Amino acid sequence: MAKYLSIVERAYHGTLEEQDDTILWVNHMFKNAGADVSLLLRSNAVNYAVRGQDASGLTFGKAALSAPPTLDHDVEQLVKAGVAVFAVSEDLADRGIEQGELVSGVKTVGRREVAKLFDQHDQVWHW
Amino acid sequence: MAQYLLIESRDPYEYGDPEQFADLAVDLAGAGNDVTFFLIQNGVLVTRKGAKAGTLQKLAGAGNVKVLVDEFSLRERGIAKDKLAAGVTSSNVDQLVDLLASDGCKAVWH
Amino acid sequence: MASGKTLTISLMDPPYESETTTTVLRIVDAAVRKGHNVNVFAYEGAVALPMKTQAAHPNPVKGTTAEEGHHPTTSGFISALFEAAKANDAKLDWVNCGLCVDERGANDWVEGVRRGGPGDFVKMAQESTNTLVIGTR
Repeated sequence: MAKYLSIVERAYHGTLEEQDDTILWVNHMFKNAGADVSLLLRSNAVNYAVRGQDASGLTFGKAALSAPPTLDHDVEQLVKAGVAVFAVSEDLADRGIEQGELVSGVKTVGRREVAKLFDQHDQVWHW
Repeated sequence: MAQYLLIESRDPYEYGDPEQFADLAVDLAGAGNDVTFFLIQNGVLVTRKGAKAGTLQKLAGAGNVKVLVDEFSLRERGIAKDKLAAGVTSSNVDQLVDLLASDGCKAVWH
Repeated sequence: MASGKTLTISLMDPPYESETTTTVLRIVDAAVRKGHNVNVFAYEGAVALPMKTQAAHPNPVKGTTAEEGHHPTTSGFISALFEAAKANDAKLDWVNCGLCVDERGANDWVEGVRRGGPGDFVKMAQESTNTLVIGTR
């Protein structure tokens, strides 16, 4: 079976209205459909692996965003579903994020090791 | 050894990431892969002679990355042939499709 | 003449917001002219690309009417690509992600477009010569 590497780079675009990140979501759907998919978080998307994100409490007039996204939980669910989730270590460091702040199961990979990840997969889908 | 087609649609003036995409091309080539770096849309903004961007030098430094640039994107931005930096070969979407359709090609859009 | 090859492309940008949309249409055009089959998986904002209700408008800055301005519509281009595919013995399969359609109310598409989901994309990717995923910014 082909192995796919999905790369998530853009972060927090439309996640409030969508209630999730549409790329994390669609990759979970791909996994559910039987695809052998791994996930690489890079650039701002490394922040998705940070524990304790809270987007609750928004209201617009009398309309409330009653089910906000829980992106850290979504990353944990991907790991639980058997998706290998990686985050680029330099991108974490650039943003001052320490390993201990990440949800469990996320592996870090150096920027110069990303090419190796590419070689280990049959296709690379850069979202 | 694999065949990679890396398509860069963005420029390093608006975004910080294109620099890393070029680094990736260098790393893939260094690992013995056959790498084509295809510049399209605003990605071609680095190909003007005198453009202040290290992309082309970085790719040339790898020694074995083929750099192609979409002719329409150049024309759209008024980058004439005589204004094109060295080390870049004019191409088009027809050739891009030929590369995409070649067996075993790993295509990555940025 | 059919080439026997199939390309799958996934895109996300809504109409009139990104040059990436135009590039995808160029790729599809070139591919079907070469007789390649093309699958398009339109995700998120891209599901609005084939909406039939898109309309040209006049340009008050240029002083042109809708007819004079020849304002293109993305759905018009997509219809033309379906015709080009047929003329070159190629198949164009355009799938709009259904949940993305629902949350946007982006219904009523030009002929040839069908509703689908991520499972369709996985199947397309598994059965294609190559797959190109194009995100949005």
